[in-house]
Amino acid sequence: MNRQRVHTDPEYYSKMTDRFSPPSKFGKCLLRAFWVGGVICLLGQGIADGGAALFKLSSRDASSLASIVLVFITALLTGVGVFDKIGRYAGAGSFVPITGFANAMVSPALEYRREGLVLGLGAKLFTIAGPVLVYGVSASVIYGIIYALFVH
Amino acid sequence: MLWMYLKVFVVGGLICMAGELLVLLTKLTPARILVCYIIAGVVLSAAGLYGPLAEFAGAGATVPLTGFGHALCQGVKFSVQESGFIGAFTGGLAATAGGIAAAVFFGALVGLIFKPHSK
Repeated sequence: MNRQRVHTDPEYYSKMTDRFSPPSKFGKCLLRAFWVGGVICLLGQGIADGGAALFKLSSRDASSLASIVLVFITALLTGVGVFDKIGRYAGAGSFVPITGFANAMVSPALEYRREGLVLGLGAKLFTIAGPVLVYGVSASVIYGIIYALFVH
Repeated sequence: MLWMYLKVFVVGGLICMAGELLVLLTKLTPARILVCYIIAGVVLSAAGLYGPLAEFAGAGATVPLTGFGHALCQGVKFSVQESGFIGAFTGGLAATAGGIAAAVFFGALVGLIFKPHSK
């Protein structure tokens, strides 16, 4: 594990300084993550309920709608530079929900656009989303194979 | 209704707080935590534990990245039931297509339109 690697990512740096700050910050960080994370989930539930009521969506489609809208809002807030501030305040409260997945795609795409549209923007979209998809999809395929062979 | 929203808030908040706890106690980077969360979601869902939680807390369980893993897993399960072995490969991404396509599309769009910010 390459734990001592120097990170230039500002979000990581702020996490690092937080970690070496006095322990009174510990409870504050947890509380911030709790309430911001909770509010983002509330927003998701509100969008899903609204979509189900307005457009008569199935619960699965309503849940997809919630993801899509949250991703859209995050992309926009990342574009105007507001999401970084939320991220610095809330830590895991903003990166554990799907907003974190969206921010992890938009942020490097924005940052590396100057390196070109293909290997800059196009490739860097997947800097963090790539690994998440690789391991998530692989785990689900393994489960699917086991399920198909032994359970189904 | 209000009770449901309270459950969403508390469960969603707790899942995020657990992530923050990992940040504070371990030296895991956010990227590693996200990978751990999605794998945890798939495993818990496969074990039949995440379904009841999603039933109980709605978006409080589905909006965090563990819910993404849960959606992958349930998509695979559904597709295997529907079309057999091939479903192991087709189900996961089909179930999560909305969020992924949105993130790719809006990510590219924002990357094209906005300028990077000095932090």
